[in-house]
Amino acid sequence: MQKALDVGLPIVAIVFLVVGGVLGLTVAPADKDMGDVYRIMYVHVPAAWAALLAVTVTFVASLVYLLKNNWHADALGEASAEVGVFFGALLIVLGSIWARPTWGVWWDWDPRLTTAAILLFAFAGYLALRRFVDDPERRATWAAVAAIVAYVDVPILWFSVRWWRTLHQIQNTGESTHSVMTKSLLWNALAFALLYVWFVRLRYRVALARQAEELAEPPETEPAHTPAP
Amino acid sequence: MTAPGEPTPCDRARGVALLTATASVIRKDLLLEWRGRARINATLFFAIMTLLLFSFAVGPETKSLAQNAAGYLWLAILLSSVLSLGESFRIENENGALEGLRLIPVDARAIFLGKAIANLVLLTGLGVLLIPIAVALYGAEISAGFPRAVLVLVLGCAAISAPGTLYAAIANQARARDVLLPLLLFPILVPALVGAVKATQLVFQGDPMGQLDSWTTLLVIFNLMYWLLCLVLFGRVVEE
Repeated sequence: MQKALDVGLPIVAIVFLVVGGVLGLTVAPADKDMGDVYRIMYVHVPAAWAALLAVTVTFVASLVYLLKNNWHADALGEASAEVGVFFGALLIVLGSIWARPTWGVWWDWDPRLTTAAILLFAFAGYLALRRFVDDPERRATWAAVAAIVAYVDVPILWFSVRWWRTLHQIQNTGESTHSVMTKSLLWNALAFALLYVWFVRLRYRVALARQAEELAEPPETEPAHTPAP
Repeated sequence: MTAPGEPTPCDRARGVALLTATASVIRKDLLLEWRGRARINATLFFAIMTLLLFSFAVGPETKSLAQNAAGYLWLAILLSSVLSLGESFRIENENGALEGLRLIPVDARAIFLGKAIANLVLLTGLGVLLIPIAVALYGAEISAGFPRAVLVLVLGCAAISAPGTLYAAIANQARARDVLLPLLLFPILVPALVGAVKATQLVFQGDPMGQLDSWTTLLVIFNLMYWLLCLVLFGRVVEE
């Protein structure tokens, strides 16, 4: 099963990405206002979903770690945060590329854009914190605390920026978009979800291996340090 | 076990003990700051220097300085807060003072509340000194009344101190603590910064549209969220 997933997951993810790409670039019609520029949406929106999924997984894993001291949760939190920062950075770069021809600016202080950028920095801080703490138990606890503090910031951050200033494409409901558009978007969303799972599985394994190495040699002062996984 | 929600005498005693311990921690922190006044003075001069630097960076044009006075004021407070927050835990880690507190034992919640409130008092004090300087330097004026200005100042400083205290406790025991604290703290403070700056701007420039209450509410919600959350999480941060 593990082996099959190792081989199958990247293949399926790439196939989905190719199908979504072909649908989005050739089959889907051009937008009546934005022309072809809008097509970046087929990777921009899935990147946003994947990033949101990633930080949510980190948040839940952090809660689980704090409540159960589960080391697998710690590894999952780390893996998902790192992949989330990757998708978040991708999201912002793609959004910026889209904003330039559409709004005429590379950057705009729209609530979603700003929230995504700030969240990206908050989770970059989370990753930095992990690097700067050597004791595995402290690192796990503190990182979990940081992830929770950053995640609960999202709603209030979003509202505050929205009040502060707003200008963004309103999300289209299914009815106002062409069905091929929806279909292409869904293919890509699935592709990104699979990419996410693939990346997290790889990164999770690295995290577990590092944990095993660290926990195998506990500090002499506390021999009973190794917690049950 | 008693019915939930009904405080037993035992609960009440514990509540009183928590408050007493909190008050002791506040007293200890403020006394330490008072005895080491050189530190407070240095932070104050740093903050004033920041205010001056903003004028140099933006240029001497009075109109834009007056318009952005609130933003500069809060950035000066925010930048100085990183110094004073870091300092408040550096002295705890010297000679294992924090460990000593935990061993007495002092409830972790009392340590958090005590240190966060002490930091709030220090920051508010700093703000009280900075506002007249900002008013003088940038040509702003307090048009919404003094009580409102103080309320906004206290709420903004409280929003910095709760997560600030939690993160300072973490950063101070990590490597690269000087860069880690702002890196962790600044992103989550964005809503508080936006709220505090907007509210202060309205306090300075007048509030014809009646928006001051909305921004104050935003600050109140931010404070409620983070004081509660950090209170709950702090115990895990300082546990051994």
